[in-house]
Amino acid sequence: MNDFGTFLFRAHAGFLAALILAPLIPGVINRTKAVFAGRQGPPLLQLYYDLFKLLRKGTVYSRTTSWVFRAAPVVTLSACIGVLMLIPCTGASPALISFQGDIILFAYFFGIARFFTVSAALDTGSSFEGMGASREVLYAALAEPAFLLSLSALACLNSKISLSGIFIASTEHPFANIAVIALVAVTLVIVLLTENCRVPADDPNTHLELTMIHEVMVLDYSGPDFAYILYASALKLWAFASIVVAVALPLRTGSFITDSLIFIFGILAGAVVVGIIESTMARFRLDKIPKLLIAAAALSATALLLTLTRG
Amino acid sequence: MNLPDSIMIFLILTNLSLLASSRLNACIKTVAIQGIIVGFLPLIATKCPLTIYSYLLAILIITVKGILFPYLLRYTLRSVDVRREIEPFIGYGASIIIGVIALIMSFWLCRHITFPEPILSYTAPAAAFFTIFCGLFLIVSRVKALTQVIGYVVFENGIYMFGSAMLIEQSFLVELGIILDVFVVVFIMGIMMFHISRAFDHIDTNKLGESEKKG
Repeated sequence: MNDFGTFLFRAHAGFLAALILAPLIPGVINRTKAVFAGRQGPPLLQLYYDLFKLLRKGTVYSRTTSWVFRAAPVVTLSACIGVLMLIPCTGASPALISFQGDIILFAYFFGIARFFTVSAALDTGSSFEGMGASREVLYAALAEPAFLLSLSALACLNSKISLSGIFIASTEHPFANIAVIALVAVTLVIVLLTENCRVPADDPNTHLELTMIHEVMVLDYSGPDFAYILYASALKLWAFASIVVAVALPLRTGSFITDSLIFIFGILAGAVVVGIIESTMARFRLDKIPKLLIAAAALSATALLLTLTRG
Repeated sequence: MNLPDSIMIFLILTNLSLLASSRLNACIKTVAIQGIIVGFLPLIATKCPLTIYSYLLAILIITVKGILFPYLLRYTLRSVDVRREIEPFIGYGASIIIGVIALIMSFWLCRHITFPEPILSYTAPAAAFFTIFCGLFLIVSRVKALTQVIGYVVFENGIYMFGSAMLIEQSFLVELGIILDVFVVVFIMGIMMFHISRAFDHIDTNKLGESEKKG
C-alpha cells in the first residue's frame, strides 16, 4: 500500500507541476526572442498575469454564435488536461492514466481540441476566421501522419505501445538506436512547431489577419474563454515538449526530485531552442509548409522502416 | 547502432533531400556530399587489409565525385543560367512520398534477396537500392537536363554503394573504367547543355521537339 501511496503522490505531483509550470514556457520563449532582438522583453511570468487579468474580466459573445462557440474553449482546455494525464508529466513521475495504445488517444485528444476550435471559428461567421480554420486543418492533416508515424517508430523501437512504457523504456536504453531517435526527434520538433503555431509554420506575434493561422481563429474570444485558450495552448506546448525531452534527453539519476528537475530543465531548454529557432528563422511561405510537413512525415516513415527492419 | 548504419541512414536522407529540393545549387552540393561519403565506404567496409589500391581508388572517387563533378555541374549551371527546377513532371511533395514508397520497396526487395557475402550492415543493400531508384526517378521526373545528369550521378553512386556494401572485391581497373565513363558523361552533358541552351534558350528536355527558335 505504501508503494501505491508513493505512486499516487508522484503522479499527482508531476501532473500539478505541469499544470502550474506550463505558462512559463511561452514566457521563456518570448524572453529568448527578446534577448536575440536586444530588447528587455516581457517578464517571464507575463502569461500568468495575463491569465489572471482575463479570468477577472467578463466575456462578450457575438449574436451570430451558437453553443459551439461557447463550448470550444472548455473542450479545448479539458482535452489538453486529458493529454497531460496520459503522459508522465515530469518524466520521472508516472502518468495518472496509462493503458495499452494510449498514444492514439494522445493524438486524438488534440484532434478533439482542434475540431472544436475550428468549428467555433466557423461558427463566428467571420471570413477571416474561416480562412484561418481552413489553413489550420490543412496543416493538421499533414502534421498528424508525421506525428503518428514518429510515435509508432518510438513504440516499435521500445516494443511498448503506451506513452508511459515508451518514456520508461527510452530511459532504460538511452540512445539504443541513435539514428532512429535523431530522425524521430527532428520530426517531433517540426510537429511541435507546427501544432503549437510557432515560426516557421505560423507566427504567434502576427497581427495581420491575412497571414494569421491559429491566432485568427480565436479573435472573437474574450475574458475567461480567452484565458482558457491561452492556458490550453501552454499545456499543449508542455505535452509536446515533454515527448521531445523524453526522447532526446534520457538522463536519469534514480532520485525522483532530481529527475523531475532535470526533466523540467529540459523542457525549459526546449523552450529556449524554440525561441532561438523563432529568432533566427523567417516564417515559411504558406505553400512551403505542407512540403516541410511531408518531409517530416518522410523522416518519421524512414525511422519506422529502420526500426521494423532491424535485425 | 554502429557507424556503417548511421552512414547509410545519412545517405538515405541525402536522397530524400535531393527529391525535395528545387534549387539546383543545393542539389549539386548534396550530390557532392553523397559522393564523398560513398568514396569513403570501401575503406570502412573492407574486412581484409587495405592495400595501396584501395586508398588510391578512394582518393580518386572522392576527388572526382566530391570536387570535379560539382565543379563541372556548377560551371554548367552558370553557363546555362538556370537556378531552379520550376515545373517538374512530378511535384516535390509527391516526389517525397514516392521516395518513401521506393524506400519501403527497397527494404522489401532486400528481404527477398539472399546475399552470398557477409554484408556491411543490414541497411546497406536497401540504401543502395534506394539510391539507384532515386537516381532513376530524378532522371524521369525532372525537366531540366542538368537535374537529369544529377540523377545519373546519383544512380552511379547507388551502384558503387551496392558494390562496396556487398564487400565485392574491388577491382581497380573496373572501378577506374566506370568512373571514367561517368566523368565523360558529365563532361559531355555539360557541353551539350550549353549548346541546347544556346539553341533553345532553355534546357527543358520536354520542349526540345517543339520549336527551333533560333535555328
